[in-house]
Amino acid sequence: MTSSLRLRAGLVSIVLLAAFLGVWHLATRSTGATTTMSPEYAKLMGLTATQGKSAMPGPLDVGAKLWEHLRRPFYDNGPNDKGLGIQLGYSIARVGLGYLLAVLVAIPLGFLIGMSPLLSKALDPFIQVLKPISPLAWMPLALYTIKDSSISAIFVIFICSIWPMLLNTVFGVASVRKEWINVARTLEVGTVRRAFTVILPAAAPTILTGMRISIGIAWLVIVAAEMLVGGTGIGYFVWNEWNNLSITNVIIAILLIGIIGMLLDQILARFTRLVTFPE
Amino acid sequence: MSTFDDPFDANRNLRSGCVCGQHASAGEHEAALTLRCEPVESEEKRYEGVVASAVMRAMFPQDVARRAFLKSVGASTALAALSQFFPLQTATEVFAQAGAPEKKDLKVGFIPITCATPIIMAAPLGFYAKHGLNVEVVKTAGWAVVRDKTINKEYDAAHMLAPMPLAISLGLGSNPIPFAVPAIENINGQGITLAMKHKDKRDPKDWKGMKFAIPFDYSMHNYLLRYYLAEHGIDPDTDVQLRSVPPPEMVANLRADNIDGFLAPDNICQRAIYDGVGFMHILSKEIWDGHPCCSFAASREFITTAPNSFAALTRAIVDATAYASKAENRKQIAEAIAPANYINAPVTVLEQVLTGTYADGLGGVKTDAKRVDFDPFPWQSFAVWMLTQMKRWGQIKGDVDYKAVAEQVYLATDTKKLMTEMGLSPPASAYKSFSVMGKTFDPAKPEDYVASFKIRKAS
Repeated sequence: MTSSLRLRAGLVSIVLLAAFLGVWHLATRSTGATTTMSPEYAKLMGLTATQGKSAMPGPLDVGAKLWEHLRRPFYDNGPNDKGLGIQLGYSIARVGLGYLLAVLVAIPLGFLIGMSPLLSKALDPFIQVLKPISPLAWMPLALYTIKDSSISAIFVIFICSIWPMLLNTVFGVASVRKEWINVARTLEVGTVRRAFTVILPAAAPTILTGMRISIGIAWLVIVAAEMLVGGTGIGYFVWNEWNNLSITNVIIAILLIGIIGMLLDQILARFTRLVTFPE
Repeated sequence: MSTFDDPFDANRNLRSGCVCGQHASAGEHEAALTLRCEPVESEEKRYEGVVASAVMRAMFPQDVARRAFLKSVGASTALAALSQFFPLQTATEVFAQAGAPEKKDLKVGFIPITCATPIIMAAPLGFYAKHGLNVEVVKTAGWAVVRDKTINKEYDAAHMLAPMPLAISLGLGSNPIPFAVPAIENINGQGITLAMKHKDKRDPKDWKGMKFAIPFDYSMHNYLLRYYLAEHGIDPDTDVQLRSVPPPEMVANLRADNIDGFLAPDNICQRAIYDGVGFMHILSKEIWDGHPCCSFAASREFITTAPNSFAALTRAIVDATAYASKAENRKQIAEAIAPANYINAPVTVLEQVLTGTYADGLGGVKTDAKRVDFDPFPWQSFAVWMLTQMKRWGQIKGDVDYKAVAEQVYLATDTKKLMTEMGLSPPASAYKSFSVMGKTFDPAKPEDYVASFKIRKAS
């Protein structure tokens, strides 16, 4: 029964994709009215002007370009032109670093706040104010104070991905069932041991949910940060191709950003499943 | 106008008859200097010529005596005799090396537009390497980022809009940090592009209510567009909307009908035409022929901590600019700077900008060899003009010491010295008068100039 459902769902997915690609192809295939122009003039003009080619690339153009990128993902033509593999590598490394720093800060801090109702109430207003700040708002401040663009990018990842983790850790720790803590107390388990053997396993699924939300945010942030700072990374790639008004490459980058984001999310989803326990 | 006239060209326009002013006619001067009258074919030859004539001058400080000597023995014999007891070869080598750069690996930031041509091409065409430097040219996402990265010392020097170093030094839009301009990147090379739907609305008087894009507040683009509008009776602050928009977004916005036109670097104008979304209303050259656009800038701190690196860098830029000023090299340059690593634009577009044979967007092919030109000399009168416009549009409030600021930021004296050493002939004075839309600018009377405009912001 489930296998047939999966099969049918897959089929619907494929049909939807095909329909989407078909509509896309038809919509961009159209050639507008071409005005007559002298051959000398036409030689100086682009395809949009001479052949009425749509400024939007069709799926075939994108596919061909994607194939070109995938065939040599790690080329390096100097500081401003590197293969997509290298660009993604830079972005993933930045996200990894900023995110790791956020984990190191958010989880212990969240643990402390979660175990102390006083701290939790006292810090809550600050967290609520800092949480909704956009990465782009942090960027100028970071550039100005840190005075190093690559560290600024990492800082922005850090500051934006810390809040969901912190809040979820606090929530997870604070809502561990009272009975379990009482049992531990009856058995005279020390505070440290209680934290690691009772609270941590109980709160782990919530903490990991927070981490999963955070990695999504970190990946969102990196593209914006790199577009602003430039240099390397997939966000820079988008900016560079935008400069060239190459919509084909921008679409490819969007596709890749989506795929990598999904992979990162899936990795954390797997971890979440590992620590989740049946009640 | 160009500072790249051959210094050994006797037919050059001279005030007192000849280059050095010591001879009655250019012919006589030429005879006196047959030593180095041939056009130099290589850098070594040029340095050799400079050194040889310096030695010659030192031996015969009196021009008359030197000429008599040269006439009696002939130039080549004189040179041979000279090298007998003076190690010309060694002296030339020492001279060419100048001071060894304190720092060889440098980072120079640029914005991907044709204005950055000398900075960019110096990398692939080897001008940095020739002057003993290992320069990485780094593409940067916007003018504000270039400013911040240069202030943060991530870049040793950078491509900036000509008014930016003035603004940074004055603390407009940033903390006041002393910056300096040893070379102008390009002159001319911008244009006003309008959306296709305005092709019958060519009189600026009809432009009330339109929306225009400019790349940055402290830019020649801003000042030239405002000037042009104001001369046609349109108040740029109240009658139209001016928006700061990054160049690539200008084309997209024009296509989306979100703006009516823009004054932007040429390769963006040409790109709009290439994509069939706009046409060239006028070249910025028609507003002010020979106007500066972008500059090469570094902080005072870099100049004082690494003077030799800075000198070598300036030499490389001036050298590249000299190369770019020659029409016959432009095609090669267009190909060198088009790849993704540099400007990342179609070669056809860059070629049209640099060679000056271009499609105007209305079906015609136009030719203007001076559409974009290159001349590095940082005229201080240019800086004074920019300051008058900053004052005119309310960017600077209160009194300005135009001359002091111009001389502090635009390093005409140092550049002149450097150019002379390189065998180029810089102008004698750093102030020249010029006219913008037929109105003459006198750099000695900036305050009167500001007051003479009917349309300006009251300050």
